[in-house]
Amino acid sequence: MSDTTETTESGPVLSADGTPLKRSLRRALRAQKMRALALIAPLLIFVLVTFIAPIADMLFRSVENQIVSNTLPRTVVALQDWDADSGELPSPEVYEALYDDMFLAAEAKEHTRLGTRLNYEQTGISSLFRSTGRGVDDIGEDHVDALEDLDEAWEDEAFWYTLMTGGEGAEPNTALLEEQRRRLADLTSDSFAGEIGFVPGQAISELLPQTARAYTAFALFTVIADEDVVAEEEPWEAVKVALIQDLKAGADVAGYDGPGAAELVAAQQMVADLPPIDFKAAFLAEDEDWGAIENWKTIQVYSPEFTSGYFLNAVDMQKGPDGPEARPENQQIYIMLFQRTLFMSLVIMGSCILLGYPIAYLLSNLPVRTANLLMILVLLPFWTSLLVRTSAWKVMLQQQGVINDTLVWLGIVDDASRLVMINNQFGTIVAMTHILLPFMILPMYSVMSTIPPSYVRAARSLGATNWTAFWRVYFPQSVPGIGAGSILVFILAIGYYITPEIVGGTTGTFISNRIAYHISSSLNWGLAAALGSILLAAVLILYWAYDKIVGIDNVKLG
Amino acid sequence: MADTANSDAFVAFERVQKSYDGETLVVKDLNLSMPKGEFLTMLGPSGSGKTTCLMMLAGFETATHGEIKLDGRPINNIPPHKRGIGMVFQNYALFPHMTVAENLSFPLEVRKIGKSDREAKVKRALDMVQMGDFGGRRPAQLSGGQQQRIALARALVFEPELVLMDEPLGALDKQLREHMQFEITNLAHELGITTVYVTHDQTEALTMSDRVAVFDDGRIQQLAPPDELYESPDNSFVAQFIGENNTLEGTIKEIKDDLCLVELDDGELIDAKPVNVSKVGDRTTISIRPERVEVDTDKLGESAHTLKAEVKEFIYMGDVFRTRLSVAGKDDFIIKTRNSADQRRLKPGEQVEIGWLPRDCRALDAV
Repeated sequence: MSDTTETTESGPVLSADGTPLKRSLRRALRAQKMRALALIAPLLIFVLVTFIAPIADMLFRSVENQIVSNTLPRTVVALQDWDADSGELPSPEVYEALYDDMFLAAEAKEHTRLGTRLNYEQTGISSLFRSTGRGVDDIGEDHVDALEDLDEAWEDEAFWYTLMTGGEGAEPNTALLEEQRRRLADLTSDSFAGEIGFVPGQAISELLPQTARAYTAFALFTVIADEDVVAEEEPWEAVKVALIQDLKAGADVAGYDGPGAAELVAAQQMVADLPPIDFKAAFLAEDEDWGAIENWKTIQVYSPEFTSGYFLNAVDMQKGPDGPEARPENQQIYIMLFQRTLFMSLVIMGSCILLGYPIAYLLSNLPVRTANLLMILVLLPFWTSLLVRTSAWKVMLQQQGVINDTLVWLGIVDDASRLVMINNQFGTIVAMTHILLPFMILPMYSVMSTIPPSYVRAARSLGATNWTAFWRVYFPQSVPGIGAGSILVFILAIGYYITPEIVGGTTGTFISNRIAYHISSSLNWGLAAALGSILLAAVLILYWAYDKIVGIDNVKLG
Repeated sequence: MADTANSDAFVAFERVQKSYDGETLVVKDLNLSMPKGEFLTMLGPSGSGKTTCLMMLAGFETATHGEIKLDGRPINNIPPHKRGIGMVFQNYALFPHMTVAENLSFPLEVRKIGKSDREAKVKRALDMVQMGDFGGRRPAQLSGGQQQRIALARALVFEPELVLMDEPLGALDKQLREHMQFEITNLAHELGITTVYVTHDQTEALTMSDRVAVFDDGRIQQLAPPDELYESPDNSFVAQFIGENNTLEGTIKEIKDDLCLVELDDGELIDAKPVNVSKVGDRTTISIRPERVEVDTDKLGESAHTLKAEVKEFIYMGDVFRTRLSVAGKDDFIIKTRNSADQRRLKPGEQVEIGWLPRDCRALDAV
């Protein structure tokens, strides 16, 4: 025999051709691995795209909070210096920034979304945003009228266009255009990409920065959202207000020689005589809630891009001035729901064990023919629609239902005091035990059918009674089946939705019903995602604990 | 056939029948009695009813008809756990969730034996099978042979008078099996236990037993000590089942006392010992053991019968040579010759003369 492999003192094991054995082994197995991967690739991609990615997205939503900083970017920046505990309203600059943000948001109709979002945290904000959105273009109205009275050019779209481009051959400020493009893209879900036939002039954007910014946003919006031509549309009030603010701030229009320089000089002289625009008063006039510190506090607290707010909410807490604090007792619901979900899942699991064990035992000990018939009976519920089964329980359990009628007919229950068995915890437990029973029986059966009858025989030949033989010898060996069934039933139960929804009433609903409510009715996806994440974490922790206590090796599904 | 039941038998089957489906009998009219301390083996092919008999004795199957007695007392209606019979199962049936010591302690616990007593008995039983250090192990951590010993110890720990073994050595390799055969018989004789042993391995049956009951078709075909079984089989089934056997078919021509004349199918006339034949003209099967056939016919003397044969195949097996010959028109005639210094090695195609003594040649029932 010749040595094909040799271990030298220092080097790795080599194969016959001198390459390291490990590498040639890897090479030999690569084709096999690739084929295996190719076989599972369709499923893998399917699962990734339709299952993993949406779940990851949902989990991300539980902490994501970009809507505030996307909708009110300047306000958020301006609010940073405000001390909520000072007892004073934010400075006028904040209100000015708010005007700027709100105007654009109202044009894009995004302000109501933000209102809805903030309303989760502070009731009433939604209507505040909605009413302000309607009235925001009236702010600074007197000043704009004065400007337009001064010179009709300020109502002329072509004049504005020329003014803001800086005339033919002026140096363009593409950076500002791109900045505003991003700003609008963040605000809306549109990308705002594409040619708009307008670029602000470099000189004019240095002279009138706010105006240039507002006009650029207007131009982008006009072309891309409204599909109009910039030069043919009169700018928003916000652009004119920005111009007034720029002129008030002392823009050096005298030193400007681009198109419209003369009009600018005239306007500045006129504006100098007007009082400054009081944004704060204007907002308070729109809605006095803009004078409520609570609302500002909410905007400030929820302005970061990521928030723990949803999670705090999901455990009945909220953000307070000194960090997280418990919600008022009348608003606490989720902890109770989580507890109820856990408790009821445990009860359902327990009843499934009690009801399923004897069936599984019978199944694995009867002659094949009888066992098959029984197996069909066990599987029969599987072939019936979940909805039909649940509705059947409704018919059975309701106060005018089959069971109550029978009990009344038998005289066990008085007609006036029919039992309440549905739309409460009892109903949910009964219906779900029935529905989940096969998931308990099947793993139990598969484990029990692997226990050879010789064990019980041996025990009996050794002197054990039937019961002792069962309890000391058979039962311990069937525990892995109970474990597998329990995990299956418990995990299925904890996330169950349809059955509690139909027969649960108010006291028998699960956390999943609340999640569904937030997904489809209140549209608070962040909270729904946070609740779902907690549920997922709870299942994983329980699984881990189960592994520690019982050992996952002791679980056999077949 | 089987012994008739006698009053001092320790285990007795009396006209026992068993049917599972009500249509066919798996055990047909079984009569058997065993004295105390005997090692009896039930040997037979699968489906012959031997395991069913064992299960009826253990109490896991009920006899459809007849009576089974243990120490003179009918046990048909006594449940297994009250029979006090130790049993070793085919796959040992050691409880996997208990340690070895717990397994052994189990029969004592259910008999409500005190803790200290229990420990002493478990220790003694473990020492008896030389497994004293293994009490804390789980069955899965033991080798097949070790599990076998534990199963044996468990069946003996509560000191039963009768022990049943259902093919206990089937899962072991050859060497271990031979070793365990020796140990089990020693132990059984030392402790004076009555043992019923079920196997389909004839070597095991021959080497271990005081008596062997050969089962076929739900009946005991022969119940005899091993040597008698091998050397004087009662019928063709036993002759065929126990050891290697050459058969020649023929017709009875003449019967006188302890010799009969048989005309083989190719016309050759030979002498044989009539065992299971009744009258002239019957078909018969002649049975000759391969080692009783001589190639060197001079050794046999006058009474020997000789036949011409052609060597078909020569197989070297170490201690013996196994030669296949064509005799009287049959190609599967085997002879075994000892590999002694002067033994000639036959070559295929060689014409030889073979012979045997008439007493080694038994005329049995036709198959």
